[in-house]
Amino acid sequence: MSDTATAVAKKRPEFRNINAFTDLPGYCLPMAGIVSILHRISGAIMFVLMPFIIWMFDTSVSSEISFARFKGAFNVGMLGVPGFIWKLVVLALIWAYLHHAIAGLRHLWSDTHHSAVTKEFGKTSALVTLVLSIGITIILAAKLFGLY
Amino acid sequence: MAANYGTKRIVVGAHYGLRDWLAQRVTAALMALFTLLVLAQVIFTKGPVGYDRWAGIFSSQWMKVLTFVIIIAMLYHVWVGMRDIWMDYIKPVGVRLGLQVFTLVWLVGCTGWAIQVLWRL
Repeated sequence: MSDTATAVAKKRPEFRNINAFTDLPGYCLPMAGIVSILHRISGAIMFVLMPFIIWMFDTSVSSEISFARFKGAFNVGMLGVPGFIWKLVVLALIWAYLHHAIAGLRHLWSDTHHSAVTKEFGKTSALVTLVLSIGITIILAAKLFGLY
Repeated sequence: MAANYGTKRIVVGAHYGLRDWLAQRVTAALMALFTLLVLAQVIFTKGPVGYDRWAGIFSSQWMKVLTFVIIIAMLYHVWVGMRDIWMDYIKPVGVRLGLQVFTLVWLVGCTGWAIQVLWRL
């Protein structure tokens, strides 16, 4: 067994003294891998910011007065932090939610369709996920900062 | 279920963790549908959405019950997800247990707050 294995084995390329500029750019995550790690990161962001999400739910639905406070946080600022910073936090949450939801739907599709579990589909669906999540985030960012 | 402890316990194999895996998918689908439901109500509202319209979405009893279910679904979903992250990256058992306890306290606290907001509406 081991004899045939060594006989068949070709001489493998050997890399030593890896050059950071010529070798490392080739070692990047595939598209599906990028979507996968961003799925985790976006989930973790929402977990960490969960009290802020519930604070927004609380102040926006509880009363007219708290609703005004909710709006004020983003227009005037809150806790000494200017409004646009709070808008950026919300924008991070918008991206996190969009990416997590779309990447999650992609997972559900792969779980239920054999045709979805191919290298090609993995790559195209990953690309679609990134384009949709980043695209909608940009559109909503323009709305959030009052461009339209 | 057959005895699953002592020397008879199942330590590996199919169905080990299947329940949480499935629960994560089911809760994800529920939350996705709920998102569409809330979005539809916001989008198909005539005129600007001020306090009355926004709070009105959550004030009916059926919407409160549905939102309650979604909050519980989120609790379970996030617990499974965060536990996966700790299991993958945190090796020392003590640190992992500490983070898991923190995750549970954080999530149960957030869930309680969200439900309180919902039911005084």
